[in-house]
Amino acid sequence: MRGEALLKVRDLHAYYGKSHILQGVDLDIHAREIVGILGRNGVGRSTTLKAIMGDVPPQGSIVFKGKPIAGLKPYEIACCGLGYVPEDRCIFPSLTVAQNLLLGVKSGQKTSRWTVDDTYRLFPQLAERAETPAGVLSGGEQQMLAICRTLMGDPELVMIDEPTEGLSPQMIERVGDLLKQIAERNIAILLVEQKLTIALRISHRLYVMGRGRVVFEGTPAELRDNEAVRREWLQV
Amino acid sequence: MLELVSVSTLNGLLYGMLLFLMASGLTLIFSMMGVLNFAHASFYMLGAFFGFQLSHWLGFWPAFVLAPLAAGGIGALVERYGLRAVHRHGHVAELLFTFGLTFVIQELVQMVWGKLPVDYRVPPSLDFTAFTVFSTNYPAYKMFELATAIAIFLVLLAVLTRTRIGLIIQAALTHPNMVAMLGHNVPRIFMLVFGVGTGLAAVAGVIAGPALVTQSDMAALLGPILFVVIVVGGLGSLAGAFVASLLIGLVQTFAVASNASLAGVLGPIMPGAPAAIRDLWDVTVAQVAPVVPYLLLVMILILRPAGLLGTRDT
Ligand SMILES: Nc1ncnc2c1ncn2[C@@H]1O[C@H](COP(=O)(O)OP(=O)(O)O)[C@@H](O)[C@H]1O
Ligand SMILES: [Mg+2]
Repeated sequence: MRGEALLKVRDLHAYYGKSHILQGVDLDIHAREIVGILGRNGVGRSTTLKAIMGDVPPQGSIVFKGKPIAGLKPYEIACCGLGYVPEDRCIFPSLTVAQNLLLGVKSGQKTSRWTVDDTYRLFPQLAERAETPAGVLSGGEQQMLAICRTLMGDPELVMIDEPTEGLSPQMIERVGDLLKQIAERNIAILLVEQKLTIALRISHRLYVMGRGRVVFEGTPAELRDNEAVRREWLQV
Repeated sequence: MLELVSVSTLNGLLYGMLLFLMASGLTLIFSMMGVLNFAHASFYMLGAFFGFQLSHWLGFWPAFVLAPLAAGGIGALVERYGLRAVHRHGHVAELLFTFGLTFVIQELVQMVWGKLPVDYRVPPSLDFTAFTVFSTNYPAYKMFELATAIAIFLVLLAVLTRTRIGLIIQAALTHPNMVAMLGHNVPRIFMLVFGVGTGLAAVAGVIAGPALVTQSDMAALLGPILFVVIVVGGLGSLAGAFVASLLIGLVQTFAVASNASLAGVLGPIMPGAPAAIRDLWDVTVAQVAPVVPYLLLVMILILRPAGLLGTRDT
């Protein structure tokens, strides 16, 4: 493939207490790539992202930009250029939209390819509500805010966990467009989804997970043609 | 009467603001780390003794600045090398750690300065009468204490709501993991909050020391009141701590100044004391003043267990 991967995960294991959740996950994400991780609920997609981010203790090898990051603290991993938007979005509800965006900027960060105005241009609704407490935004707006907040930290790879969950069909399309615009600025995206909708449309490559492992890897077209994988690992 | 009310109000505000200097740090530390810092009042005591020692060596004004910095520095070190190491063993271990720390600090203070009160005096530059209410001379030093406490309160408010670090602290109070995953060094923020919080308690000690008695039991005397303040206000609520500090400051001060008794209030309508409460008949409010904060605590816990402005359901 094209040179060394931006993020290279090998034989990743993770546990909650005694339950062995991730049982050897391998992933590669290259620069500027949009990669989807699909799978039914509970197969370990979120845990994979948390383990990469250091929020759950990882075992195995995680290399980002040539540097091993397994075992580093979450803030150190973030400072390497890895952005993360969790499933529950975790916006700061009592702070305003503008303050939430400000907190995405890292201390001592010099330049960024993103300014507050850029994110407002991507998503004008945020500009209108800049001085509103983030807690009163709609689910879709909160999702946009969470993504934009992470962009403010100028990551090279953003991992986004189920951004379309609970959103209206129009909003889902807007999230898809936003992700494509982000990727156009040379940012790699690791997108976790359950449904095929936007993942099939925007991803360059897809992984399907089942029971703590990767069970399929290929292009959207290959997945579309692979009836067996879809029936066994994706359809509910 | 008016004289008593106005002087007591000033004194009550002063006591309340001093309580808030301590309660604010305690509340911030509690909300952020989930640890009730039993040793908080010990840093107030360290502030007073450092203030005494440094003003002896360097004069009051350098001591006024340096003593809180020293105590806050010790607080930051305690967080970095003590609490953080204990943290992985859970909250009970952390509580025991801060509890033990109160004894360590008390013993150290006794070793260095002894058990008797030290001669920590109001500096000559502030030792005059600010104004006279009727026949009471109100000391300038008390006005200085009040002004300092209010100034620090305003600075704290501005830092927390207007600055980037204040916003990071606010966010870390509720979502520490997310704040870390945005690339902020949360452990360092914890250390900073602990250092500033204990430093604020030390400010209270530095300025209250000359007005009260600077002695090695002052932490043990104040600690319980401090817990009453933050429980009454609502654990983890900064606004609640502010209201409760002023409330307890005022209630306590008025109670001390009041010579009302059941005999005085009910005497005109009841000729003699009912047998059941004969012992209480002539007791004045001033005599029971020390108990008043705890009565307030019990009432709040019965009527409003989360505290005045608390949201936590415990
Ligand atoms: N905090 C937790 N404690 C214990 N088990 C958990 C926790 N979070 C998730 N799990 C379990 O780990 C498994 C994988 O969860 P998750 O990674 O969230 O799956 P997905 O994101 O693919 O839906 C599930 O069986 C879930 O029940
Ligand atoms: Mg999930």
